[in-house]
Amino acid sequence: MSTRRRDFLAATGAAAAEGNLHAQDSHGHDHQAVPSDPALRVKALESLLVEKGLVDPAALDALIDTFEHKVGPRNGARVVARAWVDPAYKQRLLAGAAPAIAELGYSSQHGEHMVVLENGPKVHNLVVCTLCSCYPWPVLGLPPVWYKSAAYRSRAVIDPRGVMREFGLELPEDVEVRVWDSTAELRYLVLPERPAGTANLSEDQLAALVTRDAMVGVAKVTAASGGQA
Amino acid sequence: MFAEPWQAQAFALAVKLSEQGHFTWKEWAETLAAELKAAEDRGQPDDGSRYYEHWLAALERLVTGRGLADRPALLARKDAWADAYRHTPHGKPVVLNVVLNRDAPPDTSL
Repeated sequence: MSTRRRDFLAATGAAAAEGNLHAQDSHGHDHQAVPSDPALRVKALESLLVEKGLVDPAALDALIDTFEHKVGPRNGARVVARAWVDPAYKQRLLAGAAPAIAELGYSSQHGEHMVVLENGPKVHNLVVCTLCSCYPWPVLGLPPVWYKSAAYRSRAVIDPRGVMREFGLELPEDVEVRVWDSTAELRYLVLPERPAGTANLSEDQLAALVTRDAMVGVAKVTAASGGQA
Repeated sequence: MFAEPWQAQAFALAVKLSEQGHFTWKEWAETLAAELKAAEDRGQPDDGSRYYEHWLAALERLVTGRGLADRPALLARKDAWADAYRHTPHGKPVVLNVVLNRDAPPDTSL
């Protein structure tokens, strides 16, 4: 059992102990409160599958660690900044996203197809997964809560401008809005427009401006944005 | 990212089982989508906060559907874990054999 798994159990125990103030049994023994129903179901699944040799607990821990600490929108921001400063890279990125993204060290083990959608003065791209929550993990990490909500999933297609307005993005009427519905096999990353007034910024400084929301298409990158992804 | 540790564990279980070929990611997405749709049809559209409950339901559906574990075994194991918590003194790590050897004196070597 790795340190992380002990942490998980300890954390569960600590949470349980808090609830226990109200749940001590009649003998006054300080036993642990029972975790939530979903937590118990996951423990049942995991312990049975581990016993059968179907999953390796260390591999589960490594995967969780990757998603909690190594994968996130900063990866996508570096891809976007590179595309802004390096026209040849941008060309490769638009022609075949996965290999170009892998050049920066970000790759998927699932083999799903990646497409980069370029925004321009007259075209704005918006990404959704109407059926569940397919999302370009290697470049954006796991999706935010709103991306998974029934409201976003249904409304992004029906009323994309209304959705974007709620995010504070008002697009002129002459800008064409294209909505892209992700699938298990096809994920999208929006390449936002490089904001004006950033000609003197370094690639790193540019990457710092690029937000997760801009790479999903519910925001634009501005010279003052960044830091929230 | 994960509001509670079980969400991370459920996430990782689905990804790893798919990587090992027990189901494709397309099958995963379809099963998850069916769970989300069923919740909406019950009049419980998710605001995203209950997403991992649907994720877990999809995982159980695929695990049992593919014969990796059956429902009675999962239910029995869930009860065993609940029992283990009830019978483990505060501050001690909760391990399943506390329940399996419930009549034996508690292992104080932990």
